[in-house]
Amino acid sequence: MFSSPTIEYTLHLADNALILGHRNSEWTGHGPILEQDIALSNIALDLIGQARNFYQLAARLINEDRGPGARRAEAGEEGGVTEDDLAYLRDGWDFRNCLLVEQPNGDWGTTILRQFFFSAYQYYFYGELQKSREAGIAAIAEKSLKEVTYHLRWSGEWVIRLGDGTEESADRMKNAMDQLWQYTGELFEPAEYEQTLAADGIAVDVREIRPVWDQRVREVLTAAQLNKGAGDWMQTGGKRGKHTEYLGYLLAEMQFLQRAYPGCEW
Amino acid sequence: MDETSTIWSILESVEDPEVPVLSVIDLGIIREVSLVDGQPVIVLTPTYSGCPAMDMIRIRIRMALLQHGFSNVQIRTVLSPAWTTDWMSEKGKEKLKAFGIAPPLPLQTVCHPGLFHREEAIPCPRCNSYHTTRISEFGSTACKAIYRCEDCGEPFDYFKCH
Repeated sequence: MFSSPTIEYTLHLADNALILGHRNSEWTGHGPILEQDIALSNIALDLIGQARNFYQLAARLINEDRGPGARRAEAGEEGGVTEDDLAYLRDGWDFRNCLLVEQPNGDWGTTILRQFFFSAYQYYFYGELQKSREAGIAAIAEKSLKEVTYHLRWSGEWVIRLGDGTEESADRMKNAMDQLWQYTGELFEPAEYEQTLAADGIAVDVREIRPVWDQRVREVLTAAQLNKGAGDWMQTGGKRGKHTEYLGYLLAEMQFLQRAYPGCEW
Repeated sequence: MDETSTIWSILESVEDPEVPVLSVIDLGIIREVSLVDGQPVIVLTPTYSGCPAMDMIRIRIRMALLQHGFSNVQIRTVLSPAWTTDWMSEKGKEKLKAFGIAPPLPLQTVCHPGLFHREEAIPCPRCNSYHTTRISEFGSTACKAIYRCEDCGEPFDYFKCH
């Protein structure tokens, strides 16, 4: 499946968006108030839409790689890989998303902080990725950046509201920080395929966006009267397919229908 | 009338399933119409990445063209340049307002990454008052925000700048 670094990278981008989109969709119907339930569901929809664009691109690249038979399949005949195969029929170790996005929702504060860390990352990341020399990737980044701008503003405002809110909300944000901070380092630690492609001008060198991410996070945390997480030791592995236990449970639910009833449509 | 003009005029009758007062032309999502070997090729761009109406829009385009005898229609999707509300027609903006949805302002008010950024005041589509408050920048569909008019008291949707 990972016959080229570009395919692996495109799946990494797709998996990040799909897994966080799926996590957010778990809130649909359970949000603290109607407007915020709708807001988070909208963000989930944007992310799943971005994931679809990346999966469609990955499927095209995989089929081109496999030759003309698979290309025919992409046009609706038997045999090629589709976006649905990539989302629903891969196992945990095939997923290339970072660990942050698969962490469980926890309370509203944890969900908000996870979204803020990731939206701040995606905002600067897509800003660079739209210059990618792979035109398909650049186009998706350009499209997604407008959506992520809304996500960043919304989640940043909520971090401040909760961190600088009541004693209860501030405590919950501190707990969320203790849980999530250890997963932020991986965002800026390039996997092998990212290093290879960054040299070719296809991927973003994630180390270069660390300073702007740090600055943005520092500004929001200061306004929220929160401290960044203690400790520099970071959990990594997701981008290489080594995940936390949570991803398996997520996939078991998300993929159930296609696993139990292969090819099912309705 | 040549055939591409005929196709453009047929597309005027294809409605957006989520905001049925707008045609796909009003929305500005049809980027190109051409004929290749006598068969129509339509280039479409989505409003938002996750817009769930896109599949329905493709089906409606095929149906409308089929009714006029165009059977082998190719629909291509492009993402770049990314869709913007600046591509919405003036006629479309008027229809939105008459429908009770505040139309998008020109692009200078596109989402600003600054926190608690105050957007330009959005006039109420019912009483035209600028004394309105944003309730949430995410609404019933990806393209809308929720507002309330402080003068006439009515809540309303705003087709937000993008």
